[in-house]
Amino acid sequence: MASLNNLFTSPVKVINVGLASFFADLKSQGVTAVQVDWQPPAGGNAKVAALLDRVRRWQTLVRAGKE
Amino acid sequence: MKRIEIQEANRAAVAAIQQSQPVLTGIGIAGEVVPRMRKNLLLHAGPPITWPRMSGPMRGAVMGALVYEGLAKTPAEAEKLAASGEVAFEPWHEHDGVGPMAGVATASMPVWIVEDKAAKRRTFCTLNEGLGKVLRYGAYSDEVMVRLRWMRDVLGPVLREALALRPEINLKALIAQALQMGDEVHNRNRAATSLLFRDLAPAILRTRAKNEDQLKVLEFLNANDHTFLNLSMPAAKIMLQAAEWREGSTIVTTMTRNGTDFGIRIAGLRDRWFTAPANIVKGLLFPGFTAQDCNPDIGDSAITETCGLGGFSMAAAPAIVKFVGGSVADAMTYTQKMYEITETESEAFQIPPLDFRGSPLGIDLLKVCETGILPQINTGIAHREAGIGQVGAGLVTPPMACFEDALAAYVETYCPKD
Repeated sequence: MASLNNLFTSPVKVINVGLASFFADLKSQGVTAVQVDWQPPAGGNAKVAALLDRVRRWQTLVRAGKE
Repeated sequence: MKRIEIQEANRAAVAAIQQSQPVLTGIGIAGEVVPRMRKNLLLHAGPPITWPRMSGPMRGAVMGALVYEGLAKTPAEAEKLAASGEVAFEPWHEHDGVGPMAGVATASMPVWIVEDKAAKRRTFCTLNEGLGKVLRYGAYSDEVMVRLRWMRDVLGPVLREALALRPEINLKALIAQALQMGDEVHNRNRAATSLLFRDLAPAILRTRAKNEDQLKVLEFLNANDHTFLNLSMPAAKIMLQAAEWREGSTIVTTMTRNGTDFGIRIAGLRDRWFTAPANIVKGLLFPGFTAQDCNPDIGDSAITETCGLGGFSMAAAPAIVKFVGGSVADAMTYTQKMYEITETESEAFQIPPLDFRGSPLGIDLLKVCETGILPQINTGIAHREAGIGQVGAGLVTPPMACFEDALAAYVETYCPKD
């Protein structure tokens, strides 16, 4: 609990995952931050994600058949 | 259900690329050496396209090529002939070759011959004309015709004789060396052309050609940094052909553009093109031109990127940002990102600023779709109207739709029904 309290009493350091605009806002306010490039699988495209899932399921079956 | 492990298929495909050994063996006449070449056939860059859908620079190159070949007397007559259906248009890629920018080639043009002797395979490419007003950028003025005829009557025969007088040139070793010297062999070929010049010059001087012709050939090669582009391209093509048509593989074996469409082909999807409208190139324009002048992305030269060179090896060529735009840090980032969508690293092509890490090799369709990271290409920019030529150079990516369509076709071909 003590360490959690320290979070609010010491300078904030941020690891921003995803939207770069959040990172830019923090930097403009002088907050120490690093940006991690991340986006949802297939860029959030549901159709592409479903196709990739079919490939994964097929490959799981192929590997299972070889065991 | 097909019992194929994609990872195994891809490893085998990329291993075949690594093992391929392209060598420059000679010069031939397209009509005599290119498979299924004929007098009324024009080869072009990119995926298949018909005359009505061709962009300005592609049309300009077709018109110029028809006049050059003697099939039409004037550009106006050539335009009518092209629209008449009496001449055929087919992609270089379907004839074991490649062509930069519009990439238009006719039967009487001289072509480089590149061979992979172990695989008994040959690829072809025309000779580079230089920058500015040239056929491959859609220009067809008298100066373009005069240069093309000189290339056919003097340059080609002299180089042909010179190559026969010396041992064949190992292009893979030459490209590897050029990467150590600041080239990426797509838009920066200064080191590679210099190395080629060193190899060829003594043999050119030993030909039976007149001294003034030998001198003109040496001056022409020396004055054009892009001479080697027309060798890095067929070298990349022959290496990638080693990976073609392997059942189950998701490795991209072709990326190319015809100025209207961008097209890709996948190792495991035999002979199928996946196309979408080509993007606009963003970069540095020559003085006097604006973004409105630029044609969409064009040319077979993205075969270099497909093989881990060009935009994929920009970290090896920081000076290229002065030609295509961006910063040195951008060049480093482009290469670093490409490792996320490739199967492995090249054993032959190393990038000095990345501690000699191998260039990113074997674009994986699945990784492109999974990450949303598109292959990075650097390229020249043609004017959108026929007859003008190059207006700049810059950076571009393929449209994601090509990869999405290829993925859908792959799933349809291989995956069991749900």
